[in-house]
Amino acid sequence: MSIETGIQNPEAAAVPPPGGAPAQKKKRAPQGHNRLLTRRDRVTLGLMAGVPTILHVALVWVTALASVALAFTTWDGIGFDSIKWVGLQNFKQLFTDNPQFWPAVEHNIVWFVVLILIPTPFGLFLAVQLDKKIRFTRIYQTAFFLPVVVSLAVTGFVWQLVYNPDTGLINSLIGANKPGHYIDWIGNPHLNLWAVLVAASWRHTGYMMILYLAGLKGVDPSLREASALDGANEWQTFKNVIFPTLRPTNTVVLVVTIIEALRAFDLVFVFNKGAQGTELLSILITNNIIGESSRIGYGSAIAVVLLVISLAVIIPYLIATFRKERRA
Amino acid sequence: MHHSPSGLSLPGPSRRTLLRGIGGAAALSAAVPLLSACAGSSGSGGDSKTVSLGSNASDAVPKKAFADIYAAFQKKDGIKVAVNTKDHNTFQEQINSYLQGTPDDVFTWFAGYRMQFFAAKGLASPIDDVWQTIGGNFPDAMKQLSKGEDGKYYFVPLYTYPWAIFYRKSVFAQHGYKVPTTWDELVALCKQMKKDGLVPIAFGDKDAWPAMGTFDQINFRLNGYDFHKSLMAGKESWTDAKVKAVFDHWAELLPYHQDGAVGRTWQDAAQTLVSKKAGMYLLGSFVAQQFTNQADVEDLDFFAFPEINSAFGQDTVEAPTDGFMLSKSPKNHAGAVKLLEYLGTPDAEAIYLKSDPSVVAASSKADTSTYTALQKKAYTMISGAKNLTQFMDRDSRPDFTSTVMQPALQNFVRNPKGVDSILSSIERQKKTIFASS
Repeated sequence: MSIETGIQNPEAAAVPPPGGAPAQKKKRAPQGHNRLLTRRDRVTLGLMAGVPTILHVALVWVTALASVALAFTTWDGIGFDSIKWVGLQNFKQLFTDNPQFWPAVEHNIVWFVVLILIPTPFGLFLAVQLDKKIRFTRIYQTAFFLPVVVSLAVTGFVWQLVYNPDTGLINSLIGANKPGHYIDWIGNPHLNLWAVLVAASWRHTGYMMILYLAGLKGVDPSLREASALDGANEWQTFKNVIFPTLRPTNTVVLVVTIIEALRAFDLVFVFNKGAQGTELLSILITNNIIGESSRIGYGSAIAVVLLVISLAVIIPYLIATFRKERRA
Repeated sequence: MHHSPSGLSLPGPSRRTLLRGIGGAAALSAAVPLLSACAGSSGSGGDSKTVSLGSNASDAVPKKAFADIYAAFQKKDGIKVAVNTKDHNTFQEQINSYLQGTPDDVFTWFAGYRMQFFAAKGLASPIDDVWQTIGGNFPDAMKQLSKGEDGKYYFVPLYTYPWAIFYRKSVFAQHGYKVPTTWDELVALCKQMKKDGLVPIAFGDKDAWPAMGTFDQINFRLNGYDFHKSLMAGKESWTDAKVKAVFDHWAELLPYHQDGAVGRTWQDAAQTLVSKKAGMYLLGSFVAQQFTNQADVEDLDFFAFPEINSAFGQDTVEAPTDGFMLSKSPKNHAGAVKLLEYLGTPDAEAIYLKSDPSVVAASSKADTSTYTALQKKAYTMISGAKNLTQFMDRDSRPDFTSTVMQPALQNFVRNPKGVDSILSSIERQKKTIFASS
């Protein structure tokens, strides 16, 4: 109810009490909290709840359902009369003819596996170290977290300078920018996904570190004390006492990482626009929908595939969460 | 956000916005301007002394050059041009909804299929009346370029620039190279350059469009203009032996191209020509923009792509042309016609070229006395051409070129051996795209 009272106070101060007579007000007061709302309050509250609801329905639900419907059509975006129903043709074409679709699915999966296997444990490691209140801990925290603050588009730009095959930092240092022994970090499909993933991991580590650091701050210090008294060493304490208490944080980390893998886009778009070797679902959607003569139906079909994958991940999570809440 | 036990609060919504923003909002973004178009199409307001103009000339040099033209027009006819400039790429991406909404009276655009597409969709007005006045100023090839599929005029060309093979005179003089005029001479020259420690042909295809230029050149030299046009229009099969032959020729030349092209921008590739590490570079004349030193610019020269099939010789020139169109229901029709008539005069062209010397006039009457040597050569090449092409993404459906051809050509450049599967994949995708409308 804190929201309600928060709104009510300034309103109540500004609006003279209804009816005017102080005696009446005295009578009303005990009749309950709701009656304190003037007509104007109710209108305000109605607007505050109604406008976001309308916006949400219009911008989230209607558009999502519209894009699901459009996935079964072809449409160039010019006039509604050019929408043609084609049934499952877009999907059929996507699954059989599009040379970029399956690589894109694969790369989204690789993206997730790499994020969960490398930067996540590393972030946890850093968090555990920083949690020990070592000297300059704030400086380290800031340093590791800095990549998270910077927009991914900027991150992509910076790493592009590092990887540029002709003038970039790496090739200039190791002399791999001459004909004959040339390493094409951005164009070679066996290299570029990993090159981008290094940049993504660089950022993800800081993100994970902060999440775990928050989790570790919540660990009851008496647990550590107890395990120390029992003679457990540092690794045993972490493995048997601290890590199990981080369970809720781990769930959040897992979900965040899945989301990061599915929405991967900006870094790659800046890096090489999802060319050979770095195709991603989100980039295929953009390439098909944005532009002067768009394939909106086809792009929507890809978006629907991404939506289904996202739902397959999110729904079990929500079910599990709600079940837990009900039990509590 | 990091203190909240459900770290979801941040990524959750942004994940959703991404999906719906891209997938769903497309419907909305197209629908909203459509609705507003219904309400605003009654020709409301608009004083007769102003013409509005939507411009994609967001770079400093062309922006100023265009502004000079409009100022001269106002001085002459007393009609003010209200310019609405948008970022170049944004303008192109939004052109669809822009033209369906409440577009400006006149807008900047490109010749070729790209112009015909919007003309056929009824999003532009025919301007045959304008061409009655300006027709005498243009050569036939330009007239053809300005017509829609229905034979009516829809476009006023302003400037154009050729694609060719660029080189540095000093490098050719130093090694005693001769300009190749046949395919065999070109291959021999590449071999010699490699022996001399040069990168024979500079190449960067990170932006995915430069490779299209190479395809165009080989295709119309080998198979001729008519086959090229009909292939671009989706009427020929990509698995045809003629198309295969284009890729075979290209594959013969690829080993002499710069390594790692898919990871390099055209600007970086141009730098290898500037620094004399590369012998040649196939690109549009805008490559000159990368030459910042005046002495280097004067050292720059070019030749037409060599002959492959004597039946066609060097009769076709790729010359993308930019100009203006009239929107579907301009508020100030009379003023807009006056403006377009002015834009079709040699005077307007001269004003533009004064500020932007990297291109040449589309008009055959424009004053060429102030042209640089490079401009003069470009002008001769274009005006002497039997056929003019625009560029793959201007001569064909943009959805086909951007979603199918760009990745396919990058794939070929990286792995020329896989050409058969690339071509059959292009053909399968082409069929569905060209069948869709």
